[in-house]
Amino acid sequence: MTTVPKLSSPAPRQTNALRLSDRLSPRTLFAIRRSGRLLASLLIVILATFFVVHLVPGDPVRAALGPTAPAGLVENVRADLGLDKPITDQFVDYLGGLLTGDLGTSVQTRQEVAEVISSRFPTTLILAASGFAVALLGALPLGMGTALIARSGRGRTLSSSISGVFGIIIATPDFLLSVGLIGVFSVGMGLFAPAGWGDFSTAVLPIVGLALGPMAYLARIVQVEMIKVLDETYISTARAKRLPNRILLLRHALPNIVTSTLTVGGLLLAGLTAGTVVIETVFAIPGMGNTLVSAVGAKDYPMIQGVVLVFALMILAVNLIVDLILITLDPRTSITEG
Amino acid sequence: MKKFASPIGLAAVVGLLLLIAVAIVGPIVWGDAATSRNVAERWGAASPAHPFGTDDLGRDILARVLVASRLSLLLTAGATAIGLTGGLIIGLAASIMPSRLRRAVVWVMDILLAFPWLLLVLFFTVIWGATATGAMLAIGLSGIPNLTRLVYNLASSVSGTDYVRAARVVGVGPVGILTRHVLPNIASPLLVQAAAAASVTLLSFAGLSFLGLGVQAPAYDWGRQINEGIGQIYSNPMGAIGPGLAIVFAGLIFTLISEALADQPGQGIGRLVAASRAAVLPTDGRSGESGSESTVRLNKSPDATATEPAEAAPLAEVKGLHVAFPDGGGGVVERVHGIDFSVSQGETVGIVGESGSGKSLTALALAGLLVPPAAVAARRRAFDGIDLSSELTQSDRRRLGTELGVVFQDPLTSLNPALTIGRQLTEVPETHLKMSRRAARERAVDGLEAVGIHSAVHRMGDYPHQFSGGMRQRAMIGMALTAEPKLIIADEPTTALDVTVQKQVLGVLRAAKESTNTAVVLISHDIALVAGFCDRIVVMKDGQIVEELSAGRIREDAQHPYTRGLIACLPDMRSDRSRPLPVIDEVVRPAERHGPDQFADGGSGEGDPSEHVATGRDEVRSLL
Repeated sequence: MTTVPKLSSPAPRQTNALRLSDRLSPRTLFAIRRSGRLLASLLIVILATFFVVHLVPGDPVRAALGPTAPAGLVENVRADLGLDKPITDQFVDYLGGLLTGDLGTSVQTRQEVAEVISSRFPTTLILAASGFAVALLGALPLGMGTALIARSGRGRTLSSSISGVFGIIIATPDFLLSVGLIGVFSVGMGLFAPAGWGDFSTAVLPIVGLALGPMAYLARIVQVEMIKVLDETYISTARAKRLPNRILLLRHALPNIVTSTLTVGGLLLAGLTAGTVVIETVFAIPGMGNTLVSAVGAKDYPMIQGVVLVFALMILAVNLIVDLILITLDPRTSITEG
Repeated sequence: MKKFASPIGLAAVVGLLLLIAVAIVGPIVWGDAATSRNVAERWGAASPAHPFGTDDLGRDILARVLVASRLSLLLTAGATAIGLTGGLIIGLAASIMPSRLRRAVVWVMDILLAFPWLLLVLFFTVIWGATATGAMLAIGLSGIPNLTRLVYNLASSVSGTDYVRAARVVGVGPVGILTRHVLPNIASPLLVQAAAAASVTLLSFAGLSFLGLGVQAPAYDWGRQINEGIGQIYSNPMGAIGPGLAIVFAGLIFTLISEALADQPGQGIGRLVAASRAAVLPTDGRSGESGSESTVRLNKSPDATATEPAEAAPLAEVKGLHVAFPDGGGGVVERVHGIDFSVSQGETVGIVGESGSGKSLTALALAGLLVPPAAVAARRRAFDGIDLSSELTQSDRRRLGTELGVVFQDPLTSLNPALTIGRQLTEVPETHLKMSRRAARERAVDGLEAVGIHSAVHRMGDYPHQFSGGMRQRAMIGMALTAEPKLIIADEPTTALDVTVQKQVLGVLRAAKESTNTAVVLISHDIALVAGFCDRIVVMKDGQIVEELSAGRIREDAQHPYTRGLIACLPDMRSDRSRPLPVIDEVVRPAERHGPDQFADGGSGEGDPSEHVATGRDEVRSLL
């Protein structure tokens, strides 16, 4: 028996993937594609934040200062923002500012935008990161557990009622969940502080409020994926080996749900990053989200530009991290996209 | 539409009608209550007169929630319409663009998709200002990338079909293709998505108004009401929770509509959950009465009877085996009707039967691998002294893990795609034989070499997708050889393979059998293949054993019409090639056939992974 002749029966996709992997490894291809996308996203973000002021119908400075502001002040602010220069100069200035960390000055408070952001960024980062950790660490056991319950033949009622609870949590907006959390745990039981930021007591409810929706969503994904994986023949193979349940679940099932979980998880994490905007407002947390909301209300364009830019960069970073994890974890060629 | 006849569909329709009714009559009926001020009663807590309490001007919050439904739903509908229209136009246009332009559009949409809606909405809100119309535009536009991607994917899959190609050949232009072929075919999934999008839009609006960036006073929607109510959450929690309930209710209705419209999502699980627990199965008795009709008892061939119970206890056996599945409607469908089957030490037995005959289920039951929703009952089910019906002890599991090997039909799916070949071959030696990592590795390399995989040491780090189908199947057999197999159950091990590769795999299996004196149960629909490989053949049909034969004497001894039909289909050197091959009569008890289609409809097809490949009854394999 020398070499095995190539089969004609497997799907053409398979042979195609094999042919591609001969030239360039799928991971390299994936890395190249994603780097290209990252650069393009970066460009779009920078262009969008630059042009947002110019897209405002009418005079943005007049809109920011209100109809009663004296004409001299309007002219001063316009010069401050550089809006009186040709647009190419403005863009060069903007890029130069970005490179030197100068994001301009707030129209509203006259503070340096970069300074405000750097003082508020850590809060938002901690909130988003712990929210994601809670969502992921909660969703994996919950999803896998409900899948096992659903497949065991026992406890069908239990698994369907858990799914129902997930469904309701998913359908409930995060600020509403947070309001409910405040109502129960703060107003009702007096366990945690209803607002503010600083210590453990103030952090619990915002983090839970932020994580609950994504967790339920992710748990549903994990559950569906897990049920699919449990039906796979390779799980029967593993079962035929009579491996301990621990190995069956952690070694044979988990790696096969990780790719889809992480792909969805990455989108959720991006959403969760933006979700801090709402959560910070509910709990009166002095983070970037709160800053953004008041800046949008006050039409404080330099501040809006700066905060939106930082949020967008955070989201790009999240996508990059998820991609890197996917490349490390997924040995297959399945990391292809259309 | 009959889709709405289900409980979910009914709930969705009733809920939607209720929402629309409230949105229409709300401002007329409760308009006065919602605007009449009563400062004396301001910030009132929930009471019978005001179930949700009153706001800062003493207005009834419940009435305001009901009145606000019109604006909330109108804005939701508007934004959904914007997103849907934009998505349709861009997605459809992209699908007929030249390929480079098309890729560029998809690429940009994918980049936009990476950004969460809230950020996009805030961006657009900055441009149009914090007004209701601005919010509607913002939310509508930020929904476009997602819907564009969906429309594009759907449209591309339709344009790739043969009938669209045919239309193109006939000369139908791109617009004609879109309107006549693509749109009607993507309408249904698009509706599902539109309902789901409406639910997301509703939440987006609530969020934006809650942030104070959506609807502005004196107008109000549900989100704005929560914003107003949250300040008083200590004195009147219902002020914020009341409008919140309205949002959740409307959101659930939209989700239900989407579910009801959908053909697939969640349906499998839903059905499985709905199916009641498998009923208690008949164990004794029934096998006799139901089997009497078609079981021809049985061959009197001396070879075959010699291996029957007269000798010592068989290596593995099942007695009175029944296997059933929930049928999706609360009942059960029995697929194996009380059969007896056994294998002796070192014996090679073939089980032959068509798809749905229960042969694979019998084998899986023999291996103790059937899991819920499959329900198994048997008078006796044992492997080498281990009772498979009872709870297994640690040492039972160890013995089963090492002494009983299983090879499944499709080698593409029976190896774990996420683990290296080496990892999958070392785990039995490591777990059950307590070998060191190194010794286990050597054992695994031996196993691969025994099945003819070259430079096995270097292939250990490969993943299954780097192996060809035949190699994977041989690796599966090698996996069994890493332990000390007494029985290998091979469930159609060659059906998914090319004919030349089939030979290799069977050769490997035969070599494994001879070198280790393991018993083999070979399952196949191919009686010629089985006759060439086995000592004894069991023919199954419709969940029953219809005949048992000695392999060498199938042509002489076969009595059951089905077996004779199978044999008649085998061409040999004397066959007249000018005449068509015979076809097996399909007259056998149609009422009791539990075909695979019928079964898959029950929503529990996953219980029988090996039966899904359609194997034509008239298919002839004469090559082995």
